[in-house]
Amino acid sequence: MEVLLALLIGILVTASVYLMLARNVMRFLFGLVLLSNAANLTIFVAGRLTPESPALVPAGMLTPQGLVANALPQALVLTAIVIGFGLFAFALVLVYRGYDALGTLDTDAMRHAEPIEDNEPTAKGKLEGTSL
Amino acid sequence: MSWLLALPVILPFATAVLVFLLRSRGAAGRWLSVAGCGLLLVVSILLMAATWREGVIAAQMGGWPAPFGITLVADLLSAVMVLITAITGLAVAVYALADIDERRETLGYHALFQILLAGVCGAFLTGDIFNLYVWFEVMLIASFGLLVLGGDKAQLDGGIKYVTLNLVSTVMFLTGIALLYGLTGTLNMADLHGAVREVENQGLLTVVAVVFMIAFGVKAAVFPLFFWLPASYHTPPVAVSAVFAGLLTKVGVYALIRTFTLIFTEDTAYTHNLLLVVAALTMVTGVLGAAAQNEFRKILSFHIVSQIGYMILGLALYTPLALVGAVFYLVHHIIVKANLFLVSGVAKRLTGSFELSAIGGLYKSSPFLAVLFLIPAFSLAGFPPLSGFWAKFLLVKASLEVEAYLIAAVALVVGLLTIFSMTKIWAEAFWKPHPEGKEPVLSALDARARMALMAPILALATLTIIIGFYPEPFVIFAERSAAQLLDPALYVRAVLGAAT
Repeated sequence: MEVLLALLIGILVTASVYLMLARNVMRFLFGLVLLSNAANLTIFVAGRLTPESPALVPAGMLTPQGLVANALPQALVLTAIVIGFGLFAFALVLVYRGYDALGTLDTDAMRHAEPIEDNEPTAKGKLEGTSL
Repeated sequence: MSWLLALPVILPFATAVLVFLLRSRGAAGRWLSVAGCGLLLVVSILLMAATWREGVIAAQMGGWPAPFGITLVADLLSAVMVLITAITGLAVAVYALADIDERRETLGYHALFQILLAGVCGAFLTGDIFNLYVWFEVMLIASFGLLVLGGDKAQLDGGIKYVTLNLVSTVMFLTGIALLYGLTGTLNMADLHGAVREVENQGLLTVVAVVFMIAFGVKAAVFPLFFWLPASYHTPPVAVSAVFAGLLTKVGVYALIRTFTLIFTEDTAYTHNLLLVVAALTMVTGVLGAAAQNEFRKILSFHIVSQIGYMILGLALYTPLALVGAVFYLVHHIIVKANLFLVSGVAKRLTGSFELSAIGGLYKSSPFLAVLFLIPAFSLAGFPPLSGFWAKFLLVKASLEVEAYLIAAVALVVGLLTIFSMTKIWAEAFWKPHPEGKEPVLSALDARARMALMAPILALATLTIIIGFYPEPFVIFAERSAAQLLDPALYVRAVLGAAT
């Protein structure tokens, strides 16, 4: 089970790095979602997996009986999911507003905060210079 | 006692709620924000006094004993960081009276500003690494809001880069926490101090240490992770970028100092040497980046990066004197850097631009402002007898003590190059006549705006001078603080001992 989840985390990270290397901000954001899910799964696995033994207190008892799943990582993941969701919602709106105002999703074309100076090769020139 | 630890977080949150309700009432909200910061200052002075008396104080929130509950803990470093946060907060809140336009006020500038202060104080006071993550998020979301508030094109552009890169660092931080928890089974930082020594695979622990280093490195803006900073810090209003410049990166530095003195101290040959290389490169790239800029706030932004290098240097050398230097540097730098941003705002008001080529004449027509620029600028560069001189002196002396001559040389040369940048601002903005023949006099501002803008600058400059001329109490303080960092036994006992 751990191996399976470790592989899944690996695949998620691979895909997210691939997406985040794109110039398009939307692809970057999707990569970020995958990465944060990979981090959440890592917390989950780090708490050790104990399948089929939920952390529940039987009726009439004060503590759970026997070996039960570690509830702390689940609480952490829940917190992380909520925070990650909020931040991602903000980032999406920001990118949408950015697209509205700047008219592009291409990070190379976003030069309002750092305008191209006269003595600097333009983004276009740079692209022509490299043969891909 | 536990109230004293919780109040620096509760107060700004309470103020935030109130000023949010009053956001369209103009003056009421503004002054409430100032009052909130004043109260925060009072509380942080009390907290400082308590930690000075008792060493380390800790409180368990919700009555759950450590290491299970959420611990708030203040040693001298935490206390001084909270104090300096309150000072910067108050200065910027007063400055914001005249700097923030009505539109941004209605959108909730003051509320976000208070939430940012709460997040920063929370990060300084928490004793739990997952809680530290939560406070980082509180701080981040507030800073996101502040950065793009108003929605100028440049702000959105800078904001996208700031938000995306900081989110990546957040995820790294979270992954680091997961791995550390997997290795040790605890999240309480005092408990981690002991638990990491029992980890069988110490190599794995070093890997986790580097994950944390990268996560905090992005926040602290060290080489090669600083690119979000000069891309965004010059875009929002000055009352936003001054508080960012003063506090945000320093939370990253604080987190680095905390984790790399309390938790990751087993393999210092690797981790702290890596930090030393990072420190040198950060100093050099920052100062060279600044030399290439021609915009007031962009120069200052690159200097933040360069100065962060000095603080990391103090941590990386990991000797008592070096940590004294790091703590002293941290305190001095926050005051000076926030002040320089505030001065840049006044210069822009008077001359009409941040571009150095388009402004000038400030020395002739407003010599008062010129003097108030020179004090933090020379302090930043390390002129005796200003505060920056002592900070650099301590660090260079610490490097020479361990015979790290190369890093000492780098620190000195970077100081020299800092003077070059400051002279550039001086020559362009202050000395040369205004290209359009404007006479930028301070009296052009109306009396109230002048008071609100100049009072914080004057206060912070006075602090810089006081630290410069009477460094002894500050050095003694930094020495005690560094001793606590190097010997965490007291910290651990305060947190875990309080439970029994």
